[in-house]
Amino acid sequence: MKKHTLGKFVLYRLMKLVTLLVALCIVTFVLLELSPIDPVTAYVGADTKVSAQQRELIAKHWGLNKRPAERFWAWFSSVVQGDWGTSMIYRRPVLEVIGEKFVSSIVLMMTAWVLSGIFGFFLGILSGVMEGSWLDRAARVYCHILISTPTFWLGIVFVMLFSVKLGWFPVALSVPIGVIQSEVTLWDKVQHILLPALTLSILSVANICMHTREKVCEVMHSEYVLFAKARGESRGSIIRHHVIRNVSLPAITLQFLSFSELFGGAVFVEQVFSYPGLGQATVQAGLKGDAPLLMGIVMISLLFVYTGNFIADLLYVWIDPRMKEG
Amino acid sequence: MKREPILKIENLELSFSQYIQGLKKRELTVITNLDLELAEGEILAVVGSSGSGKSLLAHAILGILPYNARTRGKILYKGKVLSQREKERLRGQEIVLVPQSVNYLDPLLQVEQQIGISLQNKTKEQKEKMNNEILHRYGLDLAVKQYYPFQLSGGMARKVLLATALTSSAKVIIADEPTPGLDDESLGEVLKDFRNLSDSGKAILMITHDIQAALKIADKIAIFYAGATLELAAGIDFAHGGQGLRHPYTKALCRALPGEDFEAIEGRQPLPSELPQGCLFSDRCQLCTEECTRQRPDYRMIRGGKARCIHAT
Repeated sequence: MKKHTLGKFVLYRLMKLVTLLVALCIVTFVLLELSPIDPVTAYVGADTKVSAQQRELIAKHWGLNKRPAERFWAWFSSVVQGDWGTSMIYRRPVLEVIGEKFVSSIVLMMTAWVLSGIFGFFLGILSGVMEGSWLDRAARVYCHILISTPTFWLGIVFVMLFSVKLGWFPVALSVPIGVIQSEVTLWDKVQHILLPALTLSILSVANICMHTREKVCEVMHSEYVLFAKARGESRGSIIRHHVIRNVSLPAITLQFLSFSELFGGAVFVEQVFSYPGLGQATVQAGLKGDAPLLMGIVMISLLFVYTGNFIADLLYVWIDPRMKEG
Repeated sequence: MKREPILKIENLELSFSQYIQGLKKRELTVITNLDLELAEGEILAVVGSSGSGKSLLAHAILGILPYNARTRGKILYKGKVLSQREKERLRGQEIVLVPQSVNYLDPLLQVEQQIGISLQNKTKEQKEKMNNEILHRYGLDLAVKQYYPFQLSGGMARKVLLATALTSSAKVIIADEPTPGLDDESLGEVLKDFRNLSDSGKAILMITHDIQAALKIADKIAIFYAGATLELAAGIDFAHGGQGLRHPYTKALCRALPGEDFEAIEGRQPLPSELPQGCLFSDRCQLCTEECTRQRPDYRMIRGGKARCIHAT
């Protein structure tokens, strides 16, 4: 591939990202302005001892007495300079909060992502190769049920079944209660992450499985597989040499494109399992009107999803010879 | 001297079950009466117009028909009826296919690997050597080894398809439309290759619509029309305006050639769904009598060849 074409492609996508970020910031800010939640009330809660004057002081301290456009500009110019502001509810710098939450979320999301990718891909291949068999039918029914299942509901069912009834997994949180941070073992963490990750992954299995199956069927009906048969290649050889090769790239691409659903799913799952990650922070920031934190999270999630899409596009350009040389 | 046929097809009939208008099922017969014999060291061309089901013949021999296809009749290899299991064992080993188009190549495999599949039992060096040899023979640059199918031109693709079969040690080669897209020089090269292969003892079944290419190299020519072989003739029978030919259709076909009168007859080949009850050519035949429309004529020996016509002499 010619170097400057790739450079141009990356530059174009970067510009697109910047404009998208600015637009997203404006939209989020407007939505927050229109929201009925008053940050001050949300902050002090139902405490009636706080007088109106004190409330005004808090509002002034936060700069809420200024005009919305002015506030947006103040926030925007400081973000550009690298200062993302201070979270109202955590009373710590936004970037620090996001960084900490993001780490635990990313572990959860990536576990789910890898699990669903591997499981979905192989189920899709099996189902597609054995098109029309009972296994194929079972896989399809399974996927259709999964696709129509809400994440939070599945999460609740899992907690009831595996944690409460069977006691295989802890009920919630990311670490055991009443244990000092330094004494938390890796096993504890794994135990806590498994059930939420499983919930999150099980739903994306359906997507990847159905798409892979579709593509496998297409390949199995292709003329080149017919020719492979005519050349005496066994079923195993056909799957290894032709099916997996032709199906992998679309499957991997799809898996990267699923970052947005992954993030969306994580918000629900973290809420159900009280898992202290970015998803839960998003809900908190929204409910308490914590504008700096919410804006920060929105930007980070955009970056996350955009990175996924960008990698998917790059994979095609890099790996597929038809895109590379054509 | 009569050679024992290595591949023999007797009265092959091939039909597809189809659903029309929802759940109504019908059988669509694509091949009605196909007979042919192929001996070692011989080139037999099956000539028929496009869409007459010629490729299906190749697929039937190799056992790669779609699941809704049904065949009747016999396919014999070395005197034994070929079961599906036997076909699966023989294909790629003793019977190979030269497919019709570049779509039969895996889009994500390089030319080198495409040819390499036929060379499974060879070492890496042998593979490399044979790859280079065959590319060189067809005047392809060695860089073509790294090409993917989408990068091949029509002629290059044709040569690669041929190369997949010519490097194998099979006894029977079925070539499905091996000539279109080739320039004159390559065409000559390919035909010469076929001739050499057959002279070395291989049996070649060439399925084509290109009667002139067939005439250049084939020992025998089977004329395929509306799902049946109407005549089996030697190449020489087509000489002098087709004087040696037997069937009225073949004669008409011969007259329609550019080198001859270049004169076409009325009408068109009937579709599989509208085949006449009697002789398949009866609706276009000038010799047609009432008897012809009543039942299909037998395939009978006439002057060293065969024809499916009661009037043929």
